Amino acid sequence: MKMQAKRRYLLVFTCCAFLAFWYFGGYRLQRVPELPSPKEILSEFVNLNTIQTGYLVGARERTHLPINNKIRCRMETCFDFTKCEKEFTVYVYPQEESRVPSPSYQKLLNVVMESRYYTTDPQKACLFILSTDTLDRDRLSNDYVRNMQTRLQRLPHWNNGLNHVIFNLYSGTWPNYTENDLDFDFGKAILAKASMSENHIRPGFDISIPLFHKTHSEKGGDPGSVLSNNFPLEKTYLLAFKGKRYVHGIGSDTRNSLYHLHNQKDMIMVTTCKHGKSWKEMKDDRCDEDNREYDKYDYETLLQNSTFCLVPRGRRLGSFRFLEALQAGCIPVLLSNSWALPFSEVIDWNKAVVWADERLLLQVPHVVRSLPASKILQLRQQTQVLWDRYFSSIEKIVCTTLEIIRERLPKQPVRDGLVWNNFPGALVTLSTFSDAKEDFPFHVEENANDGFTAVIYCQLGIPLTNVSPLYKLVNYVGRSKYLAKIVIVWSNEKKPPSRYRWPGLAPHVPLHIVQPGFSKEGTEQLKSSISQRFYPHPEINTTAVLSLDEDSVLTTDEVDFAFVVWKQFPERIVGYPARSHYWDDSKSTWGYTSKWTNDYSIVLTGAAFYHRYYNYLYTDWLSPLLHKTVEQSQNCEDILMNFLVSHVTRRPPIKVTQRKQYKEQPSAGSWSPWNDPDHFIQRQTCLNTFAAVFGYMPLIRSNLRLDPVLFKDPVSNRRKKYRRIELVGS
Amino acid sequence: MKISTKICTSKVFNFNSYYTSSHNKYKNFFFILLFLILLISVLFIFSLSWSSYDESKKFEKVKLVNIYNLPEVIIKSGTPTKPRNVHCTHWNCFNIYKCGHSAFDRISVYVYPLKKYVDEDGVPATELMSKEYYQLLEAVINSKYYTANPNKACILIPSIDTLNQGRLRSNLTSKALNSLPHWNGGENHLIFNLISGSSPDFAPVVELDIGNALLAGAGFDTYSFREGFDIPLPLYSPVAHLGKVDHIQRNRTWLITSSQININPHFLNELQKLSYQHRNQIQILDACAGIGNYTQRCDVSSESEHAYPQLLQESTFCMVFRGERMAQFALLEALAANCIPIFVIDGAVLPFKNVIDWKHSAIFVMEDYLGTVIDVVSTISSKRVRELQSSVKFIYDKYFSSIEKIVITSLDVVQDRIYPQWRKVYDQTNLVRREDNSNPLFFPITAPKSHGFTAVILTYDRIESLFTLIERLSKVPSLMKVLVVWNNQKKSPPPLSEFPAILKPIRLIRTKENKLSNRFLPFKEIETEAVLHIDDDIVMLTSDEVEFAYEVWREFPDRIVGFPSRMHKWDNITSTWKYESEWTNEISMVLTGAAFLHKYWSYLYTKGMPSNLKDWVDDHMNCEDIAMNFLVANATNKPPIKVTPRKKFKCPECINNEMLSADLGHMVERTQCINRFTKAFGRMPLKSVEFRADPVLFKDPFPEKLKRFNDIGSL
Repeated sequence: MKMQAKRRYLLVFTCCAFLAFWYFGGYRLQRVPELPSPKEILSEFVNLNTIQTGYLVGARERTHLPINNKIRCRMETCFDFTKCEKEFTVYVYPQEESRVPSPSYQKLLNVVMESRYYTTDPQKACLFILSTDTLDRDRLSNDYVRNMQTRLQRLPHWNNGLNHVIFNLYSGTWPNYTENDLDFDFGKAILAKASMSENHIRPGFDISIPLFHKTHSEKGGDPGSVLSNNFPLEKTYLLAFKGKRYVHGIGSDTRNSLYHLHNQKDMIMVTTCKHGKSWKEMKDDRCDEDNREYDKYDYETLLQNSTFCLVPRGRRLGSFRFLEALQAGCIPVLLSNSWALPFSEVIDWNKAVVWADERLLLQVPHVVRSLPASKILQLRQQTQVLWDRYFSSIEKIVCTTLEIIRERLPKQPVRDGLVWNNFPGALVTLSTFSDAKEDFPFHVEENANDGFTAVIYCQLGIPLTNVSPLYKLVNYVGRSKYLAKIVIVWSNEKKPPSRYRWPGLAPHVPLHIVQPGFSKEGTEQLKSSISQRFYPHPEINTTAVLSLDEDSVLTTDEVDFAFVVWKQFPERIVGYPARSHYWDDSKSTWGYTSKWTNDYSIVLTGAAFYHRYYNYLYTDWLSPLLHKTVEQSQNCEDILMNFLVSHVTRRPPIKVTQRKQYKEQPSAGSWSPWNDPDHFIQRQTCLNTFAAVFGYMPLIRSNLRLDPVLFKDPVSNRRKKYRRIELVGS
Repeated sequence: MKISTKICTSKVFNFNSYYTSSHNKYKNFFFILLFLILLISVLFIFSLSWSSYDESKKFEKVKLVNIYNLPEVIIKSGTPTKPRNVHCTHWNCFNIYKCGHSAFDRISVYVYPLKKYVDEDGVPATELMSKEYYQLLEAVINSKYYTANPNKACILIPSIDTLNQGRLRSNLTSKALNSLPHWNGGENHLIFNLISGSSPDFAPVVELDIGNALLAGAGFDTYSFREGFDIPLPLYSPVAHLGKVDHIQRNRTWLITSSQININPHFLNELQKLSYQHRNQIQILDACAGIGNYTQRCDVSSESEHAYPQLLQESTFCMVFRGERMAQFALLEALAANCIPIFVIDGAVLPFKNVIDWKHSAIFVMEDYLGTVIDVVSTISSKRVRELQSSVKFIYDKYFSSIEKIVITSLDVVQDRIYPQWRKVYDQTNLVRREDNSNPLFFPITAPKSHGFTAVILTYDRIESLFTLIERLSKVPSLMKVLVVWNNQKKSPPPLSEFPAILKPIRLIRTKENKLSNRFLPFKEIETEAVLHIDDDIVMLTSDEVEFAYEVWREFPDRIVGFPSRMHKWDNITSTWKYESEWTNEISMVLTGAAFLHKYWSYLYTKGMPSNLKDWVDDHMNCEDIAMNFLVANATNKPPIKVTPRKKFKCPECINNEMLSADLGHMVERTQCINRFTKAFGRMPLKSVEFRADPVLFKDPFPEKLKRFNDIGSL
């Protein structure tokens, strides 16, 4: 019986166990005879053999016919490309004498008229820009131009706005501030407009531009405020905002609720209701308290001492604050739903701003606090890159607008986002030079191993003998193992020496003589001028150019070493003769000195390496005003080259080793431009003219020079690679 | 939970089989059984209580089985529907408040359970689910975004296959969608569609009444696309993978291939004109006459047959024309074959245009300018072609090679909209690693002089030389602060009062372990950008030398700038890298026994260094300086900078001579380090240079008084 009971218990337990087993794991058993995966038996979503993949016929064959110009405009439908087939040119209508445009618009027009795309011939023009000020289309503003519609109709080339660009900062007016209400019919014209929204911008057609102040620089522009990349960034405030709020009406909600974020510690959100005459009638309960807090903080201090700056919408989507924050390196936190950020067609704003949602205002603290310090470092640096490259002056804003339009035209080379979003930016990376990134001195990983071309500029035409400096120079340079070619730019009236008089060169090194003014048939007539030394002669096909004067003195070791250094700094000028600029307080001008100093900011191109891309930039990109200065003085071309390279790279040039005298002292009595007393004064004048045209002083000082690793070290000379450099002295 | 039940059940099963064979051993089994049952019941109770804690347990993960045997839902004919709202934007149609339930700043996506929707007569709304939609749902369910709880979902995806409008009855499907339990006018629902419209109009968007739902669709044009709301998809081609190439082929027979079926006669005409002018450059193909076989193409002129899409591998550029729909299968087929697409589609919205910069991987020609295509393509340099090819391969592999990738990218787009602070930037989404210059200090500035630098001295017990060093450093004008890192746990540091009295603040930090990595900890006491890392026995540097090195660092703030330099060399015999400390003409490393570094590198060393390398360094008490050189060179692709002439350093490799006995063994280890690090970084990032930095007037015959740095280079 005992056994029986035990057996019975056991039976019960077994049953329980089975039940439990079924309960927990039983379904697994059911699945054991697994069906083939549906993936293998299901049919595809389309039968490729029967699907129609033809073309549309009839009315919709030519699709996208504009139904309503305002909405349906695309480049294909609202732009006449035939006008742009030859060249990309911009025409500005002559100004009406009776009306003076606002200072901002005047600056904008100046910039266009100084640009390399400007043309005075409307027949040749691709783009047209109005001389009538359209920046402010708020009827309540002083700058508002009346009767715009009739003015447009009178324009000889208006043609319902075809190929026109209309710049605008403010549209609509109180109380609705309708975004696309310019108070005239702009037809097929491209709008370059501030405060555009994603929903109104005609994609690939209109261009969103930033709202800028009346005081925004015409050229050059103020530098960004970020001077150091401290890490982690520790600022007094994390997030700041100081501005007006509107209490009622469109766009007022966002700013009205900002006080929720204000904590008087690291989040400073202060608003005031004071604006306009009748603010007291409109004021709400919080106004008095808000006004008190508002007066406690200074706008500029907040901007400089905060990591993030809130950029909320006002009446319109954009605000001045955006550019101000960008310049200050205060990372913009956008609170402006649907705003299409400036130039977002080409600029990836994810690299420089933080987006917030007006609907989730209270999430903003969480968002900014969760960003890691390394991300903040990236964002902050990019604010400076973008400010410096595309926004710091009206010139940059206008050029960026024109470049975007130019890239849309057929057959025009395009630059991808890599170029636009990285230093040095698209405005100085000319796609007409090359379409491949590795042909530019920027973004280079591995340097080209194609040696260098020595370009010797002969202005004096000293007869070539075995003892003349030119002979010696060719001889020394010719012995460099990196030399690929010698190009003699013979820019004087005398006849160039015949072939056999030159020193012997290695068989693989050709010597070309280029004579500007005596150019070959069919090619463009080259003017005999000092700028010829930087002309991108087709003979130059190496990445590196060694620029020399006919009387330069350099040893082979020096040439080799400078080239090896240049390969590490392909974006800079690397060479021997260093000079400096300084600010002369007494005269309030820039000064130029060739004295021996502890630093330098210019390396003369009488003996220097640079990337051949700079030849192209120098010739094609620099403003005609700068070229004129060089032509008139037949001087300063080397200073201009230094301006250009420093402007592009924001870095100083590099001086190598001791040599400072790079020319033989001219014998007494013989004429040389360098012993002319006027020469020096002329260079000082140039320096100031260039600074004025650039709008700022791009030259940057350096405190160091680069020497071979074992330079003058107490080791056996035999172990040194560049031992002859040590014999040169200064 | 699941695993434990599995183990229990298998045990039970074993026991039963054992029991039948042997009757005598119940006693033991009795207890085992009792124990098992107790265990099971405990587990059962536990699982019950657990599921009541976690609400999501109540919601079952959607099962993708039984696709042939789905529960039927009868759609009532009177179900109201709302047409697609053309004015929708992210700001007015998307309910943002439904998102944000997940703790990880991540959207959650719900998938409706599979059902069969029929009308009152039993006619189904759609054909049986397609393979692609099945894969799509599977990808969503297996993704990190999936949630089983519709109440916590930010995005809801119906399980009705809407990929091809030709496979569904629009009216009934609309009603089925509108009758979904959480539909609410389509709010936050995501509808996927690849083929929209039907003959003769071929509407660019699927003709369904989806109200405020988001549409992920192929074939948008700029007029039908709701900017910032809809998601542009590629038209998935089930045969694209047949033509896939794994390696980029440089030389291809044809320059341009047009293989799309039945293209507009106007396009064909233009192409043929071009092909007469440029023989053997353009290949024009179409469907072969008679047979409706998509994977077969015939040359328009010679009528020779070719296997499609494999034939695309023979061409550098492939035409993608506008057909009756915007989206073309040809695009993915070309991308798979690493053929650079030439878009001839005016007004197209390109797939994932917010993620992908198509200018980086494709060529655009306007329809009216098709005649210029040869001019455009032939001006593209071969270097650019290479760039385009590697970019095409990159985007195909990353975004387009499977349904899963397409779906996840679509969800990523929504994710980025809702959590924009975590959006990837251009370089991450578009650039092949080689192009991606990830230098974290990319903005070119000369660091301000006024900020000065902090000296971080790693010390163990050499107090005398430490004090000498501090005194010497105090004479450097730009010094801001001295940080002494006391790495000796056995001995206490001398009190601050015994330290030399200098005008700059001294801070003492005691570490918990004697690790070499401690010198690179990003101490919050370091307030300057510039950090001078210096060993306690480097007392031979003059203050001019240190100040000059700081000046050099200011001009190169992203590099290591310092004094003792070393070289790495390739040893041809052993085929390994070798460490070289001889006086050579080249340098590729600057030792951190006396070097200026940006503080960011300390942070990166601590946070971003592969942890096995860091541990190795700490265990072996060696190579932390080599590791730092690798780290910086890898991030910046730039060599370090050595300043001023060589000095007789007291063998900086041999810090703590007493502990590290064999000097030779130490050097052997450093060679091993270089090889180990090269492997860990996947490349040799170090670069050697032949220059060092000196003051501008170094060794010049110039009055020493007028030189800013004159005490330079004394041994």
